[in-house]
Amino acid sequence: MENHPVFIDNDPQSELSTLNLGPTHPATHGVFQNVLQMDGERIVSGVSTIGYIHRAFEKIAEHRPFYQITPLTDRLNYCSSPINNMGWHMTVEKLLNIQLPKRVDYLRIVVMELARIADHIVCNGVLGVDTGAFTGFLYMMEFREAIYEIYEEICGSRLTTNVGRIGGFERNFNDIFFRKVNKFLVDFPVALKEFENLFNRNRIFIDRTKGVAPVDPDVALGYSWTGPILRATGVDYDVRAMNPYSSYQDLDFEVPVGTRGDVYDRFLVRNEEMKQSMRMIDQCLKLIAKEDSTIFHADVPAYYLPPKEEVYNNMEALIYHFKIVMGEVDTPVGEVYHSVEGANGELGFYLVNDGGRSPYRLHFRRPSFINYQMYAPMSRGMLLSDAIINMSSLNIIAGELDA
Amino acid sequence: MSAITNETILNAINAKFGDTIIVEGEPYGLLTIETGREQVIDLLGFLKGHAVLKFGFLTDITAIHYPEREKPVGVIYHLHSLQNNVRIRVKVFMADGDVHIPSATVLWDGANWMERETYDFFGVDFTGHPDLRRILNVDDMTVFPMRREYPLEDPNRVDKKDYFFGR
Repeated sequence: MENHPVFIDNDPQSELSTLNLGPTHPATHGVFQNVLQMDGERIVSGVSTIGYIHRAFEKIAEHRPFYQITPLTDRLNYCSSPINNMGWHMTVEKLLNIQLPKRVDYLRIVVMELARIADHIVCNGVLGVDTGAFTGFLYMMEFREAIYEIYEEICGSRLTTNVGRIGGFERNFNDIFFRKVNKFLVDFPVALKEFENLFNRNRIFIDRTKGVAPVDPDVALGYSWTGPILRATGVDYDVRAMNPYSSYQDLDFEVPVGTRGDVYDRFLVRNEEMKQSMRMIDQCLKLIAKEDSTIFHADVPAYYLPPKEEVYNNMEALIYHFKIVMGEVDTPVGEVYHSVEGANGELGFYLVNDGGRSPYRLHFRRPSFINYQMYAPMSRGMLLSDAIINMSSLNIIAGELDA
Repeated sequence: MSAITNETILNAINAKFGDTIIVEGEPYGLLTIETGREQVIDLLGFLKGHAVLKFGFLTDITAIHYPEREKPVGVIYHLHSLQNNVRIRVKVFMADGDVHIPSATVLWDGANWMERETYDFFGVDFTGHPDLRRILNVDDMTVFPMRREYPLEDPNRVDKKDYFFGR
């Protein structure tokens, strides 16, 4: 294949060699390949090949009713599926002009921030593993398990959650959910402190990460970076603060930023974000306590599936159920762009609707895809071992990369 | 909330580009304009470099295909002014068999993969792009799968046809 990225070096005096990093190298934490041209331990140039788990979600979405697209979004960034789910629900709600009750908004924030913590736990834990410190990873993974158990309480599944529906949640949250969240808020800060004690002033860790892959804010913006890695360069762009969705404007939180955009700064920014997330969850729980505890969805019978008991006993509910499932509900013609702050950056949904049962066109602005394109250019001149932890700190999730 | 209204943006654009711009509207508050490929890079550069508007952030490039239209393939740019917190959508439509547009990589490095993805799925030829190869699909693929004429599944399958549902 003419386009296949292989370096052909005809110079017999040359000492350069070609290294295939991936597609299934354990250090890359995902299925993507980098063909690197190496001068000893140093990378001269590289070409990224992606698309190994491309599943044509945008094409599939053109053939599915809105509510069936949620499971597709699960599989974008599968480390924080609830954020993708909520982002998609909000996009459709924006199209349909649905106003949600405050309690639903706050419940969504709780779930989304838990997802963000789960995602950052994996990223920072694995960054530790890649620098040779396995212990911190194990301390933290316990709490990802705790978050997955919280997911189980609200939707039954752990990784690909498919949580929530257009207009709210599929069921009300039970007491065990709130107990588990409260327990998490008590236990996790202790573990996070311990984790920070292990890393933040650890000589070996600092030597491996400080000054590695520093990024200038202008360059980061030119490459359309978003998320923690952009904030590590010092740009305080956070969708939650700038274009608050789902009542983030009611909460008091800070946007942590770094100064140099290197791996160490990204690590610190993610740790700080976890603390801010806990702060938000804490505030939301207090706000939820003030709301009517029976509300868990908006009153939009034309779009929100009625409970099964009602479908069997109530004529109207049966009609709505049928119309929603068969895609008979009228939707407004129009186009909408909605973005949420995913764990990796701005996760955007560009939806063009022609009034049919499925979107005319749906495009996902996937932060991993856009963040990753700078990886090969920025690896030039880097040591291979630094390039590995650089990739780790970019937190590229293959599902989100390829869609 | 944003300090700059869509009207201000439009006035600034109209003063420079005048009748080469068609205003599509403001769906859900997002100003949407249409232009031709001859001035799209000038327009994007103008928006990026404007002292007040400062649309310096390229959020996304994608495309859309309306096979029944005279100009079926449209490239869609989403720009974001981080300083003013306002977004704009720019569309360029092109006739079939003539689907080429200057590359925005001269303005943003980040446009590179976005344009590669758009080429991969819609066959839009971005002239001046440094490395216009397929990105998510295999290299030896011959079609552009997001165009409407390529069905998702077996076109002979009838159990999902609209007429079964009274449409």
